[in-house]
Amino acid sequence: MSRLAVPKTYKLYIGGAFPRSESGRTYEVASSKGAFLANAAKASRKDARDAVVAARAAVGGWSGATAYNRGQVLYRIAELLEGRREQFVAEIVDAEGVSAGKATAQVDAAIDRWVWYAGWADKYAQVSGNANPVSGPYFNISVPEPTGVVAIVAPQDSSLLGLVSVVAPALVAGNTVVVVASERLPLSAISLSEVLATSDVPKGVVNVLTGSPAEIAPWLASHADVNGLDLTGAGDLDWVDLQVAAAETLKRVLAPQDVDQSLGRITAFTETKTVWHTKGLI
Amino acid sequence: MTGVEIVPTDRALALIGGEPNDANLRRYLQGIPGVDAVGLQQRAAGLGTRSIKTTSKVWALDRTIGLIDLTTLEGADTPGKVRSLVAKAVTPDPADLSCPRVAAVCVYGDMVGHAVQALGASHGDPEAGGIAVAAVATAFPSGRSSRSIKLEDTADAVAAGADEIDMVIDRGAFLAGRFGAVYDEIVAVKEACRRPDGTYAHLKVILETGELNTYDNVRRASWLAILAGGDFIKTSTGKVSPAATLPVTLLMLEVVRDWHRISGHRVGVKPAGGIRTSKDAIKYLVTVAETTGEEWLTPHLFRFGASSLLNDVLLQRQKVATGHYSGPDYVTID
Repeated sequence: MSRLAVPKTYKLYIGGAFPRSESGRTYEVASSKGAFLANAAKASRKDARDAVVAARAAVGGWSGATAYNRGQVLYRIAELLEGRREQFVAEIVDAEGVSAGKATAQVDAAIDRWVWYAGWADKYAQVSGNANPVSGPYFNISVPEPTGVVAIVAPQDSSLLGLVSVVAPALVAGNTVVVVASERLPLSAISLSEVLATSDVPKGVVNVLTGSPAEIAPWLASHADVNGLDLTGAGDLDWVDLQVAAAETLKRVLAPQDVDQSLGRITAFTETKTVWHTKGLI
Repeated sequence: MTGVEIVPTDRALALIGGEPNDANLRRYLQGIPGVDAVGLQQRAAGLGTRSIKTTSKVWALDRTIGLIDLTTLEGADTPGKVRSLVAKAVTPDPADLSCPRVAAVCVYGDMVGHAVQALGASHGDPEAGGIAVAAVATAFPSGRSSRSIKLEDTADAVAAGADEIDMVIDRGAFLAGRFGAVYDEIVAVKEACRRPDGTYAHLKVILETGELNTYDNVRRASWLAILAGGDFIKTSTGKVSPAATLPVTLLMLEVVRDWHRISGHRVGVKPAGGIRTSKDAIKYLVTVAETTGEEWLTPHLFRFGASSLLNDVLLQRQKVATGHYSGPDYVTID
């Protein structure tokens, strides 16, 4: 007996919930061969605004969690991804038109990357912080602190690995994230959101928008309540304009670049706090 | 603010049909037709869906600010906190001096002197560009003290320079059906609002709708407060949940509209508590305009009791002015 297909509705991920776009818009996502895969939500500027509100509300809790705890939470994402690897492999094969072997390699790399960044959570401050030498009876200590809300344009040519490569490092330091997924390959981003929603990541820490980066990114770049802007996937956009808009509201900006794992990606969205403390009070 | 005439009492008495005692008030108030709760909520929800954009939105944002009673009612209030509240009331957005001022600051009775002093020359009638000082009185928020203490509380705030008094009704007496006691108390407090020169401080009567349980009770309490001479009827203290809701405010506006039709006398409405976003505030403006008419959108006839609402309106104004979204770093921390 034949059975009716039950296709999945791919929605946005904002504040721990999966709403449709406020605008009601969707767009068709096609496989590499042009076949229809799904309707994805097409986020509007108001969805971006709502996502920033959710991300801002989550900053206190996430940045206030101990580094050790953040590391554990990030590691657990990798554990859950491991259990869902077949779903991601199938999605990548459909969307990117690659072989199962290549898709598996991408999922493996993405999981390994979560683990790599999770390990940094309670270590990066030791490496990028410092006890500064001063000519007086003081300690002078510099420590990195999270910037706050980071808006990210994810790499456009990768379903999962690109997204993980930009989101994970921003989370390590305690930032919260609003990420615009790949326009052509958005489905894995929403599946990843389902993993995040069922892991220990507090709501609002990661917010995923699907749709047109050209439409949404300018609103995020000029948003006064966004503290950092990662333009890794914005190479095809007019990203200099985005940089100019970001400068108006004093953001940290990462220009388009490759996505190799690095400590620099973590420290790109931190602020250095330097404190003086007397060596003794007697 | 200049003195306001006491409501034509004889008209109220004619409506009640005799002395304002328990029996007559009960007969009149309980004879008022019941509220169609589903219809009321649908009407309120419908009014909340109006789309207010572009120039209308700009107008609504500015008008909202001009109708705010900027409020601080905490046990931890200090003269310094009141001074910073006043500074915010006078210059809501220091980066944009075209921003209108709020209508009034609302404080506890012992802070009235500090508010008056901090306002200085800005103290005055909001219709004339000033900022009024409103004080909560009568053992706010519970209202649980003796009549003499409540009257003393009121007279004290008026003597300190309060232009408006926000009193609470005795909800216990109201719910027990002792309408006469509630009526008498409002009349007595109104009398305590009299200044030596014969003018009166504006009297806002807080119904605390969150404790009245039914829409029917809200309608009765609204009529009672208006008949007893309240200049304003106010939804809530802000200390009880639920505070102001759109259906309750709509219901109170309908009473005010009906009273105006009967008597020609205009009574104000003040929703207070729980209105935190510009979007909500605009829904209230729409409801007022559609129920009592746009002429009610003045500080003498409509107010928002709010504290965090102002910051959200300022963020919206900044969005309109700059074209990009603003953030809480660009307004004060209250």
